[in-house]
Amino acid sequence: MLELQNICFTADGKDILKDISLKIDDKFVAITGPNGSGKSTLLKIIMGIIKPTSGKVIFDGQDITDLAVNERANLGISFAFQQPVRFKGLKVRDLLSIAGGDGIDLTKDCSYLAAVGLCAKDYLNREINDTLSGGEMKRIEIAMAAARGGRLSLFDEPEAGIDLWSFQSLIEVFENLRNVTNGNILIISHQERILEIADKIIYLKDGRVDKFDESSKIMDELQMRRRSGCGCTYVKKGGACNG
Amino acid sequence: MDELEKRMLQEVAELDSLPVGAFNIRSNGQSAGRNSTANIQIESRESGDGINVYFKDGTKNESCHIPVIISKSGHKECVYNDFFIGEDCDVTIVAGCGISNCGGHDSQHDGIHTFHVGKNSKIKYVEKHYGEGTGTGKRFMNPTTVVNLDEGATMEMDTSQIAGINDTLRITKAVLGPRASLIMHDKILTNFDQVAKAEITVELNGEDSSCNIISRGVAKGESVQEVIIDIAGNNKCKGHAECDSIIMDKGVIVATPKLKATCVDASLIHEAAIGKIAGEQLIKLMTLGLTEQEAEQKIIEGFLR
Repeated sequence: MLELQNICFTADGKDILKDISLKIDDKFVAITGPNGSGKSTLLKIIMGIIKPTSGKVIFDGQDITDLAVNERANLGISFAFQQPVRFKGLKVRDLLSIAGGDGIDLTKDCSYLAAVGLCAKDYLNREINDTLSGGEMKRIEIAMAAARGGRLSLFDEPEAGIDLWSFQSLIEVFENLRNVTNGNILIISHQERILEIADKIIYLKDGRVDKFDESSKIMDELQMRRRSGCGCTYVKKGGACNG
Repeated sequence: MDELEKRMLQEVAELDSLPVGAFNIRSNGQSAGRNSTANIQIESRESGDGINVYFKDGTKNESCHIPVIISKSGHKECVYNDFFIGEDCDVTIVAGCGISNCGGHDSQHDGIHTFHVGKNSKIKYVEKHYGEGTGTGKRFMNPTTVVNLDEGATMEMDTSQIAGINDTLRITKAVLGPRASLIMHDKILTNFDQVAKAEITVELNGEDSSCNIISRGVAKGESVQEVIIDIAGNNKCKGHAECDSIIMDKGVIVATPKLKATCVDASLIHEAAIGKIAGEQLIKLMTLGLTEQEAEQKIIEGFLR
């Protein structure tokens, strides 16, 4: 499915990624690791937003290292940004329609938005500008990736900026995505609950693949004990966390 | 009306056929159709250089279309259209001018529209300017809009110049009475060596009057845009102006805000921003499968919507 061959990336004299080689065939793979370990850079290299200093990206047997972002998108790779982009004048329905590629399909758009906990009636005609909160932007970004579908969906920390109250539904979104999508999901996350539902976990450290194995093994190795609840670090108190 | 004129009518007034309600179509300086209704009376001015339109008190849910088309190369005109709108009306007025110039002579339309809006009336005014043509003759358009809003009157203006005008000076002057409100969306796209100047002046004279002026511009090629928004708060009032521009290629944009308050209860705000299309916006749309050019197009389309 996706193969990374000796990917290196250097910026301002600093080696961000050091000789990364991976073969990813599993349906749901999570990338985790400390801040600054190169997770986002790696995901952007797969999408073509950043060009690697050296190395190759192979997708379904095709070398896509030199393909532009939109060419990769048309091969079926989609990307949900950690910090979604705002547009003056463009509405939620405009982007969903570009993402879906087949114009406006109200029923589908409704289901994508409902899946991230937003009501289509309230949001389809909203402009994607400063009037949307950070959390709303994240949800719309995830809905867009769902609308895009495709063979490989990349998510850069979808949980960042989502309030705890909504976190449970986010987990459900990904569980659901995993079940309905024909494609594969590669997701950067620090959340236990997301790591738990992954088939495999890539643990990046200092720009290298430190571990890449089945989810349960990595979680044990990293001593991420499976607690009950939503996986947040807040103590379950008086129903404060509904996980 | 020939095919070209019909198409121009579609561009500036979104009309496929003669509109319902009151209308006056001016084509190359001649009247190409006119209709008055029981409540909306259209009359030629005595001087012959335009029309007076009278709206009876209480006219509601009616529209008046007054498109202008110039397809003869070298045609130049200056037209005065005055609108007298009674009290308690709720009407839509659609104006617009299209110039198609395939010849070697310059064509020009200067339209001076004056609105006298009666107490508590609500007006929606839509004005579109469009130019095209392969000739060497230039297309000039200089619209002036004068708005007088009486007590409690509201006007929503939607003005745009999307393509093909070589040179334009757009003047808008509004004077607002008590509780009157003006909302203006002005959109302009220039390209090549086009020049566009806009001067928007609003005087908030009445107590609790308000205005919200939103100007959006995109300057491509080597085009030059100048926008002046000048709001005077002479009473307890609220004024807001937002001037947002995208600059591309070798375009030039000058945005000049001017706020003047002569009353301690006047609250006036001006926001202005000029910048190129953000790279992350292009990348986002490219991740949805659009090419860089398509993404750029989509972003401008939304920005000028």
